[in-house]
Amino acid sequence: MDFFVQLLVGGLSVGFLYGLSAMGFVMIFKSSSVLNFAHGELLAIGAYFFLALAAWAKLPIPLVFLLAIGGCFLFGLMIERIFLRPLIGEPLIFVIMLTVGLAAMFKGLILLIWGGNLYTYPDFLPKALAIRFGVVSVPPVYGAALLIGTLFLILFGLFFKFSSQGIYMRSVADNQRAALSLGVNVKRVFALSWAIAALVAGMSGIVLGIINGVNVHNLSAIGLKVFPVVILGGLDSIGGAIIGGIIIGLLETFTGGYLSTSLRDVVPYIVLVLILLIKPYGLFGLKEIERV
Amino acid sequence: MEETLLQLNNISVVYSDVIQVLKGVSLAVPKNRIVSLLGSNGAGKTTTLKAVSGLLKPENGRVTDGTILYREGEIQNRSPETITRHGIIQVLEGRQPFKYLTIEENLRVGTATRWGKPYRDDLERVYRYFPAIEKRRRSLAGYCSGGELQMLVMGRALMAHPELLLLDEPSLGLAPLVVREIFRIIRRINEEEGTTIVLVEQNARMALQIAHYGYVMENGKIVMEGTADALRENPDIREFYLGMSAAGAAKSYADVKSYHRRKRWL
Repeated sequence: MDFFVQLLVGGLSVGFLYGLSAMGFVMIFKSSSVLNFAHGELLAIGAYFFLALAAWAKLPIPLVFLLAIGGCFLFGLMIERIFLRPLIGEPLIFVIMLTVGLAAMFKGLILLIWGGNLYTYPDFLPKALAIRFGVVSVPPVYGAALLIGTLFLILFGLFFKFSSQGIYMRSVADNQRAALSLGVNVKRVFALSWAIAALVAGMSGIVLGIINGVNVHNLSAIGLKVFPVVILGGLDSIGGAIIGGIIIGLLETFTGGYLSTSLRDVVPYIVLVLILLIKPYGLFGLKEIERV
Repeated sequence: MEETLLQLNNISVVYSDVIQVLKGVSLAVPKNRIVSLLGSNGAGKTTTLKAVSGLLKPENGRVTDGTILYREGEIQNRSPETITRHGIIQVLEGRQPFKYLTIEENLRVGTATRWGKPYRDDLERVYRYFPAIEKRRRSLAGYCSGGELQMLVMGRALMAHPELLLLDEPSLGLAPLVVREIFRIIRRINEEEGTTIVLVEQNARMALQIAHYGYVMENGKIVMEGTADALRENPDIREFYLGMSAAGAAKSYADVKSYHRRKRWL
């Protein structure tokens, strides 16, 4: 039972992180129909920003955290401005291939600067975040992951539901022509969706880096897991991305705990195939409202 | 002569560099008036509106010739973002709501041209014109009826405080009573807000009742123009668009001649 609880908490918090990064992926897809193959690299970039600021520049941790996610946000804006914007109006397949190229480029750059070693962060999380159930104790980082995950979910939920800019972003995802006719700045919406995607991906990269250590290959492989997550949740559903993330996270941890650790990385892709066979739109994919 | 708000001088529009849709259209829209643009399907009415609102661009269309003057400035081939900020808002054909947003969120998208400014009063104003949609402000637009959606998209456009409103077929697929209601509101908007309106319509009878001036298009050209009263009395308009016989009574199928009558303007 103790083992079960430990796996449950671990799975939930990792799942939250998967869900968070998948949310960024879904946001790009919803607003501009682009599948971002460089998503894993966005995770890695967040983790390395944090590493550079925390381990080398040795700034205080709260400041490092703010600077790192701020840096990710700006980085997302920059990617959109430099690489994506010139391709607006071109066939989508070009844009998707471009993200494949970006993935290779970012990975190469990170390897060039930091090499392929495994880095660890200095230990900074307060012990108070550790979760205790009787004799079971879950390391503080999982508590932090749950906390950050929930916080950002609420923040983005409020942003999309109530702020004007959030509503403009949803309107572009819904009907781009109508949004244009009302003067919504569609380019700014694209840029913002990349920036927010880079921010949430970078943030889950930071926390995953604390859990597993920072290594570009590991992190970009985790980025690939957004595919099973979003296929499970439904490609165009932000809530689905979170729930898909949690399901995949739990599945992975339980397989790792009860069956075998070598299976844990395979399970998400088995789920991906099964979901595609049974429910190709995912659990929460939009069925078009049909009303003429 | 009244002040002219919008003037099209001999414009040609080409899609994808090869398909010519407008072949020299000229028209003038006086300030604070309703101008109606009539014509059959494929005549180029919608394209004319899109040339003004800048929405040709995303569809790979371009104004290749002529000028569009709005308040003395040339606006042809500008981006929709620029043009909407000058106060020109087009209400698209087929309503095009944001299906997964609620009515009120749909209306809030109309504030995009003046992001960050307060909008509460405008919501109230729109609900005054369209009381029918206030009751449904919290429901998803995808589940509303055609009439409610038409009111919604017109209200959404009003949120932007347009100086020039381009309405594309507001009566499309609506019941006659709803159509009458919509047209009454269009006239009210014109009278109370002083909004200049260009109205594209198949329903020539309704359009000519509320418009001050009308143009008739065919094959990408303007073939006739005149005040609404003059157009209503024109025998060709009466026959081809209003379905009346030359004598004035509603036309009966028993009298339909077996040959096509030539339209006099061709």
